[in-house]
Amino acid sequence: MNLNIKAQEQNTYDAIVIGSGVSGGWAAKELTEKGLKVLMLDRGKPLEHVKDYDTATKDPWEFAHRGRITNEQKETHPKLKRDYPYSEHNEKFWIKDSDSPYNEVKRFDWYRPDIVGGKSIMWGRQSYRWSDIDFEANLKDGIAVDWPIRYKDIAPWYDYVETFAGISGQAEGLPQLPDGKFMPAMPMNCVETEVKKRVEAKFKDRRITMGRVANITQPLPGRTQCQFRNLCSRGCPFGAYFSTQSSTLPAARATGNLTLRPDSIVNSIIYDDAKGKATGVKVIDKHTKEMTEYYAKIIFVNGSTLGSTFVLMNSISKRFPNGLGNDSGVLGKYLMDHHFRTGASGTVEGFDDHYYFGRRANGIYVPRYRNIGSDKRDYLRGFGYQGGASRSGWQRGIAEMGVGKDFKEALTEPGTWSMGLGGFGECLPYEQNQVTLDNSVKDAWGQPVLKFDAGFFENETKMRKDMMNDAAEMLEAAGAKDIHTFDNGSYPGMAIHEMGTARMGRDPKTSVLNGWNQVHSVKNVFVTDGACMTSAACVNPSLTYMALTARAVDYAVKEMKKGNI
Amino acid sequence: MNRRDAIKNVALLLGSAISASTLAALDGCTSSAPKNYALQAPETKSTLAEIAETIIPETGTPGAKAAKVDDFIVTMMNDCYEQKDQQILLDGLKKIDEASNKQYKKAFVDLTAEQKTAILTEIDKERVAYNKRENKGKDDPTHYFQFIKELTLLGYFSSEPGATKALRYVAVPGKFEGCVPYKKGDKAWAV
Repeated sequence: MNLNIKAQEQNTYDAIVIGSGVSGGWAAKELTEKGLKVLMLDRGKPLEHVKDYDTATKDPWEFAHRGRITNEQKETHPKLKRDYPYSEHNEKFWIKDSDSPYNEVKRFDWYRPDIVGGKSIMWGRQSYRWSDIDFEANLKDGIAVDWPIRYKDIAPWYDYVETFAGISGQAEGLPQLPDGKFMPAMPMNCVETEVKKRVEAKFKDRRITMGRVANITQPLPGRTQCQFRNLCSRGCPFGAYFSTQSSTLPAARATGNLTLRPDSIVNSIIYDDAKGKATGVKVIDKHTKEMTEYYAKIIFVNGSTLGSTFVLMNSISKRFPNGLGNDSGVLGKYLMDHHFRTGASGTVEGFDDHYYFGRRANGIYVPRYRNIGSDKRDYLRGFGYQGGASRSGWQRGIAEMGVGKDFKEALTEPGTWSMGLGGFGECLPYEQNQVTLDNSVKDAWGQPVLKFDAGFFENETKMRKDMMNDAAEMLEAAGAKDIHTFDNGSYPGMAIHEMGTARMGRDPKTSVLNGWNQVHSVKNVFVTDGACMTSAACVNPSLTYMALTARAVDYAVKEMKKGNI
Repeated sequence: MNRRDAIKNVALLLGSAISASTLAALDGCTSSAPKNYALQAPETKSTLAEIAETIIPETGTPGAKAAKVDDFIVTMMNDCYEQKDQQILLDGLKKIDEASNKQYKKAFVDLTAEQKTAILTEIDKERVAYNKRENKGKDDPTHYFQFIKELTLLGYFSSEPGATKALRYVAVPGKFEGCVPYKKGDKAWAV
């Protein structure tokens, strides 16, 4: 008995954070800085900043397969092998699909990391604010449920997280894409500058701006500004982009209040029927498979959109037979992702005596202009573009005819300039797009797995036509030649912007979380990653998770001090 | 549009020059293959070395042999390609020898540099014509010279001699300048 009490005390913290990615790192930083003793759990292996970025300073020729995945790796990664993010360059950062399977009614590409820091190490770093056009969209369109917050609720928190994370970008004064606290924007190259001029002259409602990106262009404490190597997804030895390791983890550790436990698979949240709240979590040790309980007053669920929803679904109690906080029945539903891989590219003449220096891990951005103001389309919502211009390299030689000296010499020089634009479109929240727990399959730790059933529908299909044609139209206006359009199709999950499945809302009957990311019916549990999203907007979502997390922690700690939690 | 073009577009869109590895990661190979002994054979390697050197000869800068492109092709074929593609490559090498024998009564490796270039120029024409054929089927085999040319260029330009001597390689640029003067003859960036 005594031993049990002691063990329980040893395993008790003020707060537990499930997951150490973009939002989990923020939760840990904010909670520890407010004086709480925090246990941060991650199923991934330890990854020490700089020291463990094994491939970060390797030259191209040091990779035996030049980045490509081997047949053997494909066997153990049947899902991840589908697309380019899983590569020899950062192979060990990714989860082994064969240990952690999932089922698909329809194809869903689920990119899961296997490291502390989660996808904050490999993320695309594009960082945009939402606007009231986004927060009001569901209400105006009569779709899904209304967001319980508006831009004014989150704006100061955007300021707060941008200042700490370091976002470079250009202020534009656009209502649909609010400006933030920016470090100087990265420069455009000559062709991008010219295309911008020509496009903006022709289309008064369209703007081309430099991508707003979580790569710093001025130093921050403990971090060096971007060195333009464009090798971000291997981990940055300069700490030049925001990641848990470069930014939030050092801050949390500095408080002396953080305990980080890697290799810890959170199985479920423990709900105490008598107390009417969550008391802790059950954790499976990845290596020993032993189950341990940890306890806390507050639990932040930041296991990535679908990881978090899995934990809630797998947390069954008398009070919550269908998953923790799932009185509404919407847990697992309204899964969203951006649809992309459509647009246009073309060559640009007249700049053969210009080139660039350095590798900019960023491109240009065209903020949304469709269905804004007086513009009305035959679909709802809109899209933005990411793109850029560059000169072709030796790769052009593969398609071209030729062997020998002249062929080789030609390929040692840069080729023509081309400019490309690819749309990122908003996906509506559909009830039928969902994940469920599938008990017919177990992972390597005996847990059920997720089953995906999600797709894109008519609204997205119609939008894609504009995404493709508008891109061509802008390139034409810019004087590009040999313009070709493409639509390579987009499966949910591919954009790695999965959102929804434990949405925020005003009514506990139709949502899982309230306006503070707090589970309506379990006041000491907060979900502040992509699972909370009520709609998807068309911009990259991570910055919004950061802001929502900092805001939710502030609220949670105040509530705790008031004795409400 | 095929998958290669698709990713090229994406890479372009992301504002970065296409990395060699991204480009290389495009052809799907889905099942594991045991080590292919014919691929490891010394005569396979020596033929590949001569072919690669013919595509990318030593000029003022090192050629494909100096960059060990033959080793690279064998490694890639063994580790990353399906068995049927390995066979396409091996059969292709035989076809190259057959063409050499037919025209010059010699194996490819025994031809003069000019003869090698002439043989491969014809084969490359055939490859491009094949790639542009009408009525492409989803399961059509890849032309063997597609594998060879692709892996030769990738292996060479991402090798140390290729990247640092035939091209310009700066490991840590430290800055980005969007608009710098370029004059004909300046080398392209390796990455």
